[in-house]
Amino acid sequence: MRVLQAILVRLFTTAVTLAGVAVVVFVVIRVVPGNPIAMMLPPGATEEDVARLTALYGLDKGLWAQFGIWVAGVVQGDFGTSITTKAPVLELVLGRLPATLELSIMALVMAVVLGGAAALVGTRWRGGRVEASVDVANGMALSVPDFLWGLVLILLFGVLVPVFHISGRVTPSLDLPFTTGFYLFESLFRLRFDLWADLVAHMFMPALALAIPLAAIIGQLLKQSLKETMNLDYVTLARTKGYGEFRVILREALRNAALPTLTLVGVQFTFLIGGTVIIERLFSYEGLGNMAIDAVINRDLPLIQGIVVLFAVIFTAVNLVVDLLYAVLNPRLRHG
Amino acid sequence: MNLNRRSLLQLSTAAVAMGAFTLPARAQAIEELVIAYNVSLPSWDPTTGPSAVNPTIQGLYQSVFDQYILQQPDLKPAPGLLTEWGWNEDKTQVWMTVREGVTWHDGSPFTAEDVAWSLARVAKPETGSPIQFVWGTLANHRVEGNKVIADVAQFDPTIFKWMYFLTGYVLPKAYYEKVGAEGFEAAPIGTGPYMVEKFERNAFVRLKANANYWGGKPDFDTVTIKFVPDAAARVAEVESGNSHVTLEMPYEEFNRLKGGPLAGVSAPISDIGMIFLNDIDAMLDPNVRKAALISIDKQAIIDRLLGGYGVKIDTLETPQYDAYDPSITTEYNPEKAVELLAASGFSVDNPVKFKIQTTKGFKPKDYEMIQAIVGLWRKVGIEAEIEVYEIAKHYELRAADQLAPAAFYNWGNSVGDPTTSTGFAMFGPSPHSVWDGKDLIDMIGPLWGEKDEAKRIEGWKAVDRYIAENALVIPLLQYVQPILHAPGVVVTPHASGALLPHLMKRA
Repeated sequence: MRVLQAILVRLFTTAVTLAGVAVVVFVVIRVVPGNPIAMMLPPGATEEDVARLTALYGLDKGLWAQFGIWVAGVVQGDFGTSITTKAPVLELVLGRLPATLELSIMALVMAVVLGGAAALVGTRWRGGRVEASVDVANGMALSVPDFLWGLVLILLFGVLVPVFHISGRVTPSLDLPFTTGFYLFESLFRLRFDLWADLVAHMFMPALALAIPLAAIIGQLLKQSLKETMNLDYVTLARTKGYGEFRVILREALRNAALPTLTLVGVQFTFLIGGTVIIERLFSYEGLGNMAIDAVINRDLPLIQGIVVLFAVIFTAVNLVVDLLYAVLNPRLRHG
Repeated sequence: MNLNRRSLLQLSTAAVAMGAFTLPARAQAIEELVIAYNVSLPSWDPTTGPSAVNPTIQGLYQSVFDQYILQQPDLKPAPGLLTEWGWNEDKTQVWMTVREGVTWHDGSPFTAEDVAWSLARVAKPETGSPIQFVWGTLANHRVEGNKVIADVAQFDPTIFKWMYFLTGYVLPKAYYEKVGAEGFEAAPIGTGPYMVEKFERNAFVRLKANANYWGGKPDFDTVTIKFVPDAAARVAEVESGNSHVTLEMPYEEFNRLKGGPLAGVSAPISDIGMIFLNDIDAMLDPNVRKAALISIDKQAIIDRLLGGYGVKIDTLETPQYDAYDPSITTEYNPEKAVELLAASGFSVDNPVKFKIQTTKGFKPKDYEMIQAIVGLWRKVGIEAEIEVYEIAKHYELRAADQLAPAAFYNWGNSVGDPTTSTGFAMFGPSPHSVWDGKDLIDMIGPLWGEKDEAKRIEGWKAVDRYIAENALVIPLLQYVQPILHAPGVVVTPHASGALLPHLMKRA
């Protein structure tokens, strides 16, 4: 009952948050300098041409009148039409969403694996050179932003030892039998390992660039939690039973130590999705982030609105899921 | 097959390795040409919307669609879908002869109806062509055999030049009317050298050679154009052999790679760098303007900042433009600049102050160039404060005539006509002009409708001379476009800046 109540409260606050985001983004992108009509004015255009194009794209109406039209459309599932691509915004953003989600999930998995491994190794050999090495590696991973990791990876695995693709999501010459946008998952489902391998060879570097800083954060926090847990009585008791150190860490300490890390991963996952904007651009990955940059450059107002609102939906949904997971895994919350 | 954790891991590793080894090798003969392009293509309609007037994507359009008139790599016009064109005696009508034997990509015949319909379509305000103000000067389009005739509603001496400029493309009447705008966007067809096989927005377009192309089948049967906006990633693409051709990279990278594993071509293009002067504040003083102009050592900036990749210009016309006059020059004379400023009461200790706006990273070394210029100005008694702005803000400020006293910009004019360079940049009533002086308006005004071509060009040269003598704008340089490519391909650069795959051949 208490969990249900918490869910309802969270859903309500989520709706309020999304409404707030919609208002802010609508107003801000119309207030900042640069409008799409000025962007498309050719040499020789007159004031009449400006007025004609402004009316054509519905920008001649007042700010709140435009907002009202947009909200009325959104309620009916119509997010408007992109100025640059002339395609429905919803179709565009939903078409790109799977690519960004797959990249983010792959990055998250990499981060958890790398960060988890670093934490386990650091905890197992704590107090010595191994832990110091893990700390140094974590520090380096955190000090360098993801886009710089991207450039380093391009140089290493794209140019010096060219084993991965530098740009795109899939090799253009391949025929894709997919019916969903989730190519990576669908290729596995269809047992098309050739396509899966091509997709991974494209995603590996952008995902790793996104994963490295997050892996460092996970590694640091989890190691700290594990070290604290390793001093608790129940862990000492397990040790006295003669269990090996790794078994004690994995079977006894990890479950309790992982809870704070789980919350952090949830929060960081939203930042990771935000990070895809730059990384997708760098690797020319056909996701939402890449599209967002083009939309901003071209002042494609309806498309910017659609992408920002979708990002807001993802962020709030991820936070909601993390809160629920935390409630399920944390016995103190689960049992009131 | 039993799939356990270990075998799945082995299978995955093998599969990724397999994917990795499918990477193309530069040393291999080029079967499928891959180009890493610097911008993506938002829309396949080359006649409406913002994409239609974006000069950087015209090369993509010209691969699929033909323009009314062909533009050669040196910017000169040549017979294309129109084989002949002109005005009648009193210039109240235009006539165009349409090439015969051309087919659309779906196999249907290209006819004069397509030309008449395409021209009439963009002349209608409701179509949404940003260039409607040009196409609207023709009316009552009609077909007579393989000729198209239209009435001149308002004489525009540049109308045929627009036929190989922005939005000057011929679309298929019957196909477009059958599939509509959305259908055309999904499956565009043209008469151009390549046909669209596959298109992923923000990712790539895959093109197949048009075997029936009237200009001859292109050398490469298949061309993939990847959209790679990041310059570092583009360089890595060609360096690793993933792509065979790319363009627009830092000149340092171009120099590093062109003599090594890759080849490079660099040629001047029609884009220029310039500083708009707004007739406000300090710029109302001719001494300040002239001092600002002659205290810039343009050649030194080109040599030291751009590695020599640029051509110094003293008017808004490049040597390829119709109204280029090599006799119009402005000197580099810092001593004289000091004297001019002193005459207006300014010195190094008491400098004239104003703001200069610039983009940063929009064009090669734009911000660095302005930094260097501000440094040169400081030595003669000009203290300029740099404000960095986005290009979108520049457009908005310029349209509202609210630019700072000085503002850096790059101007493109791939048809080389003086109206589309000096004309629109300097004619006060134009929303693109920053200088609003009446004397200049009076000089330019009669040239818009001048029917005598020789007189018109001479008129523009006189305008350019007047602008240079009075320092109403500061022309800086003509850009040079760097193109890197694999040794297996020969690239012909186009002075418009368009990278055209059908001009590429096997080495």
